[in-house]
Amino acid sequence: MQYKSQAVAKPYFIAAIALFTGQILFGLIMGLQYVIGDFLFPAIPFNVARMVHTNLLIVWLLFGFMGAAYYMIPEETETELFSPKLAIAMFWIFLVAGALTIVGYLTVPYATLAKLTGNDILATMGREFLEQPLITKVGIVVVALAFLFNLTMTMLKGRKTSISLVLMLGLWGLAIFFLFSFYNPHNLVLDKFFWWWVVHLWVEGVWELILGALLAFVLIKVTGVDREVIEKWLYVIITLTLITGIIGTGHHYFWIGTPEYWQWWGSIFSALEPIPFFAMTVFAFNMVNRRRRDHPNKAATLWALGTGVMSFLGAGVWGFLHTLAPVNYYTHGTQVTAAHGHMAFYGAYAMVVLCIISYAMPILRGRAANSAKAQVLEMWSFWLMTVSMVFITLFLTAAGILQVWLQRFSDTPISFMAAQDQISLFYWMREGAGVFFLIGLVVYIISFFVKGETKAAA
Amino acid sequence: MSGTFTKSMARNIFYGGTVFFALLFLALSFDTMKEIPKRDNRANLTESVIAGKKLWEVNNCIGCHSLLGEGAYFAPELGNVYPRRGPEFIKAWIQAMPTGAPGRRQMPNFGFTDKELDDLVAFLKYSSEINTANWPPNIEG
Repeated sequence: MQYKSQAVAKPYFIAAIALFTGQILFGLIMGLQYVIGDFLFPAIPFNVARMVHTNLLIVWLLFGFMGAAYYMIPEETETELFSPKLAIAMFWIFLVAGALTIVGYLTVPYATLAKLTGNDILATMGREFLEQPLITKVGIVVVALAFLFNLTMTMLKGRKTSISLVLMLGLWGLAIFFLFSFYNPHNLVLDKFFWWWVVHLWVEGVWELILGALLAFVLIKVTGVDREVIEKWLYVIITLTLITGIIGTGHHYFWIGTPEYWQWWGSIFSALEPIPFFAMTVFAFNMVNRRRRDHPNKAATLWALGTGVMSFLGAGVWGFLHTLAPVNYYTHGTQVTAAHGHMAFYGAYAMVVLCIISYAMPILRGRAANSAKAQVLEMWSFWLMTVSMVFITLFLTAAGILQVWLQRFSDTPISFMAAQDQISLFYWMREGAGVFFLIGLVVYIISFFVKGETKAAA
Repeated sequence: MSGTFTKSMARNIFYGGTVFFALLFLALSFDTMKEIPKRDNRANLTESVIAGKKLWEVNNCIGCHSLLGEGAYFAPELGNVYPRRGPEFIKAWIQAMPTGAPGRRQMPNFGFTDKELDDLVAFLKYSSEINTANWPPNIEG
């Protein structure tokens, strides 16, 4: 570690992995409920399991992003963190608030939780992904502001690199767009319109800046390619991201009561959204091929290449599959959407966080890279989780296509539940792939405890 | 990526492009705000509908169902449940939950009062009358 204060990243990374594990366990519960409908009912109804699954995803990625920023910013700005104490305090506040929220979901009926936590003062709950109680939402804003203050102050006193600038832009954007979660008009169309300003402008907007910055940082470190080259690529990629992704928001405005011109704007611009992801894949492979050093951390390099490929497949290709309005007319709100969501989140965000953890964690533990034995295990976990996710996506896509045919396209459409019964085989196979994903995750966690010969970090 | 294309050029294109497309997006959003009163059924946004939307939210209905195609995909689309089933069926169905049928997907019983059931139905009726460009493709949702 070059700067002592980078050490604050470590608890963030550990928490991220722990919450990731929780997310996968609840995913398996939901997957089983798809085929054994009354599994764990009424103890954990599906809606509760889903809320835990998606909220844990968001929170663990946020922990990962924060840890990454605390690790990267001192090194990029060549100065110690403004306040390591504040970073640690925010860690505990965020962790406790997050844990209490999950406990609340699991132990109290949601309507009671809403009553207890002030939803009558300002109703913000009960909207997909933004289910958090008002006090949790306020807590997220407080933690985010303290975090941004800490990093911005660090940057002001140090070197200003493009990577750190892009990262900070992404993180500030994340905080600013989250503020739309406090706006919940009675008018359903307006509600949905601005809900996407959080959800879409996060995952298909500012989060991609964070993704690009993390990937660029790791690539500089493991390949030794000149910073000027990597940062130029970074700017090109995020330019493509935002000029396609901002208007690309329109692909959510096809069928929710918004004007029909969005079908054109949304289709055309979101059809271009795969381009930045393709550029990212080319970028990652190009930089690794032009490497000027052989970094001992092979696992981190694998995650970096994997992020490029899987985000292109998940976000790019699977997004394109159903983004054109005439196609989306049939696929909107089916398992096709679920298929895309799974591979896109894994390929883009889960993998980039695992990539920075893979690179930084050994250094935080006092060595340049893990032992060969530990790395081999980590690479096994990479393949197990990634291949499982490919199969989860393929099975959900098959389920989705059949669902569209049975319920929406055929001459004799059948009801939602009748269609679900017809496609249950694919849900079983998805659950099987999910079990392999969990095995991959267990292998991943074990890899942290495998000893072996290592070289001390520089 | 030739030598003449420098990092500062890339950076300038990034800032310029982002600002341009963000402004274009804002302009389109502004126009949308002017256009949607014709489509969003706001004339029927009664007290009962507003109360129904809140019940929809605080019981996390979106955690299983979809509404205008957004939400979870575990239970039927409800944006058009009003024309599909009608008000009396919807109320009776909600009250009959959970079915307890072994192996079948279960919906909790929320213990709604008669007024709350009316509010929820009013909200679902209002939702079904939003102009969604003819989505979903058929009555099955």
